Amino acid sequence: MLYSNTKPTESMESMESVESSSSSLPKIILLKPPPIFVHFETQFSRHFHFLKAYESPLPLPSFLAAAAADGVAAMFATANGPQITAESVFDHIPSLCCIVSSAVGVDHIDLVECRRRGIVVANAAGVSASDCADFAVGLVVDVFRKVTGGDRFVRSGGWCSDEFRLGRRLGGKTVGIVGLGRIGSAVAKRLHAFNCRILYNSRNKNPSVPYSFYSNVCDMAADSDVLVVCCSLSDETRHLINKEVLTALGKEGIIVNVARGPIIDEKELVRFLLEARIAGAGLDVFEREPSVPQELFSLDNVVLAHHQAGFTEECFQDLFELVKGNFEAFFSNKPLLSPVV
Amino acid sequence: MENNTSDHKPVIIIHRLPSCESFLTNHLTTTYTLLDPIAAAGPEPAAVRAYLRLHGSSARALLCVEPIPLGSDIMDCLPSLECIVSATTGTDHIELSECRRRGISVTNLGDAFSVDVADYAVVLLLDVLRNVSAGDRFVRVGSWVEQPEFSLGFRISGKRVGIVGLGNIGSRIAKRLISFGCSIAYNSRKKHPDVPFPYYNNIHELAIHTDILILCCSLTDETRHMINKDVLTALGKEGVIINVGRGALIDERELVRFLVDGRIAGAGLDVFEDEPTVPKELFGLQNVVLSAHHAVCTHQSFKAIIDVVLANLEAFYSNKPLLTPVNL
Repeated sequence: MLYSNTKPTESMESMESVESSSSSLPKIILLKPPPIFVHFETQFSRHFHFLKAYESPLPLPSFLAAAAADGVAAMFATANGPQITAESVFDHIPSLCCIVSSAVGVDHIDLVECRRRGIVVANAAGVSASDCADFAVGLVVDVFRKVTGGDRFVRSGGWCSDEFRLGRRLGGKTVGIVGLGRIGSAVAKRLHAFNCRILYNSRNKNPSVPYSFYSNVCDMAADSDVLVVCCSLSDETRHLINKEVLTALGKEGIIVNVARGPIIDEKELVRFLLEARIAGAGLDVFEREPSVPQELFSLDNVVLAHHQAGFTEECFQDLFELVKGNFEAFFSNKPLLSPVV
Repeated sequence: MENNTSDHKPVIIIHRLPSCESFLTNHLTTTYTLLDPIAAAGPEPAAVRAYLRLHGSSARALLCVEPIPLGSDIMDCLPSLECIVSATTGTDHIELSECRRRGISVTNLGDAFSVDVADYAVVLLLDVLRNVSAGDRFVRVGSWVEQPEFSLGFRISGKRVGIVGLGNIGSRIAKRLISFGCSIAYNSRKKHPDVPFPYYNNIHELAIHTDILILCCSLTDETRHMINKDVLTALGKEGVIINVGRGALIDERELVRFLVDGRIAGAGLDVFEDEPTVPKELFGLQNVVLSAHHAVCTHQSFKAIIDVVLANLEAFYSNKPLLTPVNL
């Protein structure tokens, strides 16, 4: 499980090789490699021929135009890549018919434009819900019990028998879940086993769950000890967690985000943490990944992660099969396995 | 610390490490007279014993603040000693057979810490399997910006968890891990008749059928180094071990060897054989989470320590049944 420094082997592809490639494999445009591609490039490349925009000397519009001339119809999108809009992509590659995203979130794709142009889109729905929930809960308990901070303490040689680093008991605390979808529900189930009280804020109330519904996230924050953000990013949820919500959460409150960075007003969050106006945070996502606000590095009550809530061997295997299956379905004129409706 | 015996408050001996005075003592001085040999005579064992012989002859109770050795050498100096109140859950640091022989009662903290230790064992497991602390290090040193490569963790759901010691802590761990989709099996001194999980009377067998071993049993002569080379081999290359019990449950030298050689997949360790010493070889490993015996460290647990200690002392001095007596 070592965080290694080995780089994948790189292969440069020029304009010429795009046109004259002897590969008979179906072609897929790749603007930027998602983590699943970094891990499974060899396996993917047995089935598809990837046209890598990030390795081309051409500016993106020219690269896409060349692919259009070649009739390339499929694209593999990543959440950490460029926004996929008419201006950035669609106008340059009218041949595009299908986008498969490696992520659940498709906020980086202009779905309205896709619908208008008849471009089908698939995402990774369902693959990583339990893993994301596990990670979210890990972050919650870690912040409460100062596990990562404690590990740092030991590794720095600082263990002294007279130092008390008291954490807080999780049992009896109230957890407000923002977005009670697959991930949010799984988080609720796990934290319930830790004797937490569960509240949730969602677009709609779900009558079949035993948790208290809040239509307003600020009201929920006022009644919560912990906020766990599990919703998708949309125009409605951008900067949903703002100064008012953080104030309502309060000095003893903790926030965990495994959804999308822009759901939280990051500048405000950093301010609140630096001024100890909330008690801590567990953050897997940020507004401008992989950039993380440097001010957070000095804080012991913050656990930082690198968008890794879905990073398990099992999830990646499932995701690989799903992405491959979606592309195979498209190339055989069958319906996508996990279309975004 | 004043050793004032003229105010007729019952006397309590304070048994502690030299390095710090305990937060507990502030809560005792109203009701009790405290005799603190280290404060009065210094940390030298001979000086402590001399002081106790001189001043502690009427002391009926002793407060053991930390899990430090308490044996006949101290008990010999306290002829009136009838009750040892230990501000710990474990009592392996006390010569219990001597207590039995001398008719000295012993109390511990009972169930006060169980919830916090259970929560901690689970979060150590999550951290090891999902690289939480390793990921935090990855971000803080700037690796996320520089390189796209990273390690994948392992899914929790479906993992076979073997709990060693299915008491107050172990049963709470089981409840939590079931909600993550784990399956539970256990090893214990005796099979629990009303527990639905598979029982293994042999730790080696449990390790064979387990992906993750969680140690939350007490340290006794039987359990010392119960996790040895054979058990670690049985646990296997994909196996993980979590220890929130006592360091000496594991043959630490072997564990370090297995971890360094990659013969087990990872470990979450809150306790060590020779605290606060942690084997330096572990500091370079990404698949190990290290903790400074913090599984009990919450504000709520510390308040519970005060409550349970005070309640046991009060019960003792009122001739009422002790709150959390230890079976001797």
